[in-house]
Amino acid sequence: MRIRRRRALEERIFKVLMAASAIAVLGGLLLIVGTVVVKSLPALRLSMLIQTPKGGFYLGREGGILNAIVGSLYLASGATLLAVIFGLPIVLYLNLYARPRSAMAVFTRFSLDVLWGVPSIVYGAFGFIVMAALGLRASLLAGIITVALLELPIMTRAMDEVIRLVPQAMTDASASLGATKLETALKVVIRQAMPGILTAVLIAFGRGIGDAASVLFTAGFTDSVPTSLLQPAATLPLAIFFQLGTPYPEVQERAYASAAILTLLILAISLISRTLIRRISKHSVR
Amino acid sequence: MRRFADVFARRAMRVSAAVPGLIVLVILLALVGKSRTILGLKSFAGLLFGSSWHPLRGDFGFGPFLSGTLWVTLAAMVLAVPISILTAIYLSEYAPRRVRELAKPMIDLLAGIPSVVYGVWGVLIVVPFVGNVLAPAFGATSSGYSVLAAGIVLAVMVFPTIIHVSLEVFAAVPQSLREASLALGATNWETVRHVVLRKGLQGIIAAVVLGLSRAFGETMAVLMVVGNVARAPKSLFDPGATLPSLLANNYGEMLSIPLYDSALMLAALVLFGVVLVFNIAARIILVRVERRSE
Repeated sequence: MRIRRRRALEERIFKVLMAASAIAVLGGLLLIVGTVVVKSLPALRLSMLIQTPKGGFYLGREGGILNAIVGSLYLASGATLLAVIFGLPIVLYLNLYARPRSAMAVFTRFSLDVLWGVPSIVYGAFGFIVMAALGLRASLLAGIITVALLELPIMTRAMDEVIRLVPQAMTDASASLGATKLETALKVVIRQAMPGILTAVLIAFGRGIGDAASVLFTAGFTDSVPTSLLQPAATLPLAIFFQLGTPYPEVQERAYASAAILTLLILAISLISRTLIRRISKHSVR
Repeated sequence: MRRFADVFARRAMRVSAAVPGLIVLVILLALVGKSRTILGLKSFAGLLFGSSWHPLRGDFGFGPFLSGTLWVTLAAMVLAVPISILTAIYLSEYAPRRVRELAKPMIDLLAGIPSVVYGVWGVLIVVPFVGNVLAPAFGATSSGYSVLAAGIVLAVMVFPTIIHVSLEVFAAVPQSLREASLALGATNWETVRHVVLRKGLQGIIAAVVLGLSRAFGETMAVLMVVGNVARAPKSLFDPGATLPSLLANNYGEMLSIPLYDSALMLAALVLFGVVLVFNIAARIILVRVERRSE
């Protein structure tokens, strides 16, 4: 009797602990988003979105962060494009051409896992070395290359997981109709896996737009919107970081507003990817 | 023509598949190449554990930063590991389907929040909490910018990593084992403790190691709340600095002082090396777990 009560008690205690943990994790998310949004309200104005900063390096307390928003969008778009160009062939090779347990496939997947774990500051340092070796200055181009390196493993791993799920029967059917591997890849596999591929691209885009440590060395900073690949570019995360680092409360408030804009941007990307998937997966064979 | 296109595509993709391995190699070579300048003049152990960081005098001891990194990472893991694993158990073994389906995207969302935003949250909430509530409660004085604040922010940042991998590990435990345990009269928690956790132990270790390496390399959020003092912290309420924050703080001046850039690249190399070892270990464990469950 006593033993049974002890067991029931243990069950209860751990159930409470688990529920508390789950609430802490999900509460953490709400607390973060909530804090940033509430704190941003005093400084959040339309002018933040559509003007470039007035009075140098954000100290002017006027204008907006258009330079950083556009800079971040350019940077993340360029980097994502570059990562798709290199990433998609890698994934197609791994899943269609390479034999599943071949040394090449194992080694490539392993390298991707390693790259996935490399901290973004290390990519930043590496980007800086490459930049110096090529004689480039901190610029949009250097930032794009560095962020593409950061995005590549994130994107390829996510794509690998969805393309692996394309049924063997579909590729077999395509091959039996006389299609070459390339035709099967482009017309069957990519189409079937499209929702997953798009999610992978959007995940990588979100990571690219939010990362600061990799662009700190490489993209530079400027108050104007970049007009060429060789000009430095401001980015949202760095704009937040620099504004928060100033001693003026008004400017710090603008940092909160910028953080809210970045957070909402990321939430929007995640929402868009979810609805996109639902729409497009209608055309996939189940 | 079709055959030609296919053969060409096969070659091109084969080459592209070599790219990830090449990137790893090139990063390693570039960092080693840059750090050789300083390694040629000073001993590696002396640099790594030296306690004096005065670039102008030519002293480049990573000791304070290494110790700061360890404090911060340890604090984060002590907080994050039990909470994440309990959450993962709850979601996988107890929660109704609807709750699980609702919680998963929220955890993904948590993983997607940029580190700068975590940093802003840290400055607004965690730093004042540590400075005004926790430190006085323990009889310490602290500005709030401290190892503990960084640890708390990092803990929240690694929740998604550990939870995500743990959920996969628990899902790989065969349902029949749970049923056997329950049929023998074990309570739900006893089943978790003796069957699910035991079967998934290696996988959980891998999840923790992956979280650890994420915490170890995190830069911006830590930089914003840790205080950035190049002195080894003596308590959780002391400010400190970490290897990544050292890199991020000093990129501007590294070209104007001799050996500075080489020292910073050595710091990057140390980070790369540690994360490499952690990740390789975690992957080896995970592959073993996968093989066994097949």
